[in-house]
Amino acid sequence: MIRVVLPYHLRTLARVGGEVTLDVEGRATQRSVLDALEARYPTLRGTIRDHVTQQRRPLLRFFACAEDLSYEPPDAPLPDAVASGAEPFWVVGAIAGG
Amino acid sequence: MSGVRVLVGTRKGAFVLTSDGKRAQWAVSGPHFGGWEIYHLKGSPVDPNRLYASQSSGWFGQLIQRSNDGGKTWESVGNKFVYDGVPGTHQWYDGTPHPWEFKRVWHLEPSLTDPDTVYAGVEDAALFRSTDGGQTWQELSGLRGHGSGPRWMPGAGGMGLHTILLDPSHPGRIFIAISAAGVFRTDDAGKTWRPINRGLHSQYIPDPNAEVGHCVHRIAMHPSRPGVLFMQKHWDVMRSDDAGESWHEVSGNLPTDFGFPIEVHAHEPDTIYVVPIKSDSEHYPPEGKLRVYRSRTGGHEWEALTKGLPQRDCYVNVLRDAMAVDALDSCGVYFGTTGGQVYASADAGDSWTPVVRDLPAVVSVEVQTLP
Repeated sequence: MIRVVLPYHLRTLARVGGEVTLDVEGRATQRSVLDALEARYPTLRGTIRDHVTQQRRPLLRFFACAEDLSYEPPDAPLPDAVASGAEPFWVVGAIAGG
Repeated sequence: MSGVRVLVGTRKGAFVLTSDGKRAQWAVSGPHFGGWEIYHLKGSPVDPNRLYASQSSGWFGQLIQRSNDGGKTWESVGNKFVYDGVPGTHQWYDGTPHPWEFKRVWHLEPSLTDPDTVYAGVEDAALFRSTDGGQTWQELSGLRGHGSGPRWMPGAGGMGLHTILLDPSHPGRIFIAISAAGVFRTDDAGKTWRPINRGLHSQYIPDPNAEVGHCVHRIAMHPSRPGVLFMQKHWDVMRSDDAGESWHEVSGNLPTDFGFPIEVHAHEPDTIYVVPIKSDSEHYPPEGKLRVYRSRTGGHEWEALTKGLPQRDCYVNVLRDAMAVDALDSCGVYFGTTGGQVYASADAGDSWTPVVRDLPAVVSVEVQTLP
């Protein structure tokens, strides 16, 4: 079980309250976690990754275990603590005004 | 008794204002999608309960929301806007080539005949169409690819396709407008397009009479007379009597002919409305007086409408998609401001009342006349 923490507006969009828990087949990577997230909540497609390039949207970051994983390759394994569900995978919006 | 539903898009959400035919008492619903930019909402003319909304965010990109119950509940539909083929380049602000990049949907125009067909005008400028209620979108790429695209450039607000007019008497005819490229027309339902900007004169481009490059802010038509078009250009209020083949200026006695919206009375095809703004460097009303100007002669001769509007210390703007009319017997006129007010007139502009005063900055206003 993978735990994912979404920013407020994506929680509202997906109509979820707190953390999202996902079953991810195979190795837990950014790609597999986000694929599972978008399969469960199709409304999130295009809001975290570009539809076509699958690149992370520029004002979002990925954190876990007090590390910034935003620039890790999408198929790199996530930390064991994320894969085991001990720690969540965070999708974080930039703190920008407006 | 019939009523009206006013759909208001703001920088921080959508609001739905409803009233009966008297338009004196209002109910306010919202914010819907609080915190998101709602560039535009519009209802289907054949099914007034079917609404579409453009929801966007610098963080999370574009979403399209659809309602089947007049805005009480919403569901997100397709948000995949992919340009057809290799997007190519347009001009950047400094004149250099810049790749076409999708940013947001500026305007949604539901079909006149089918509630599941809707057009989307987007930034960077292109026209998309959905025929399945917004689930999937296909670009009508003949517009962007007809040849002049590399010479288009963004206006200050971006290179948006902001106006889509569907001609009720010629089913294949669509007019669109882009800042800053100009007006374009198709007569074959979007396969082929051509610029229709003859008569426009813009000092801010190298050739003031160029075929494309004009910063058209808004165009409008009356459905009973679709060959007559009215335009608020960056500067100049213009009119065409030949479906855009040629344009002539009708600014007349306006205090300034800069502005954004232009709208046509529901029952009088020669009665039009604009909101003069001081200049392109000062986006607020001249003299701090918020005045709608009405012409009953299709231009040239204008009268200031001020009753109920602030006539001192007012420095709001009225954006291009933020004015609309209803179709009740006494035509209602509505507009929203960047200060968060939505003003309504139930007497064709003779007098005005604020429906709400303190919304987020208003981006768009549309009105549905309900049976």
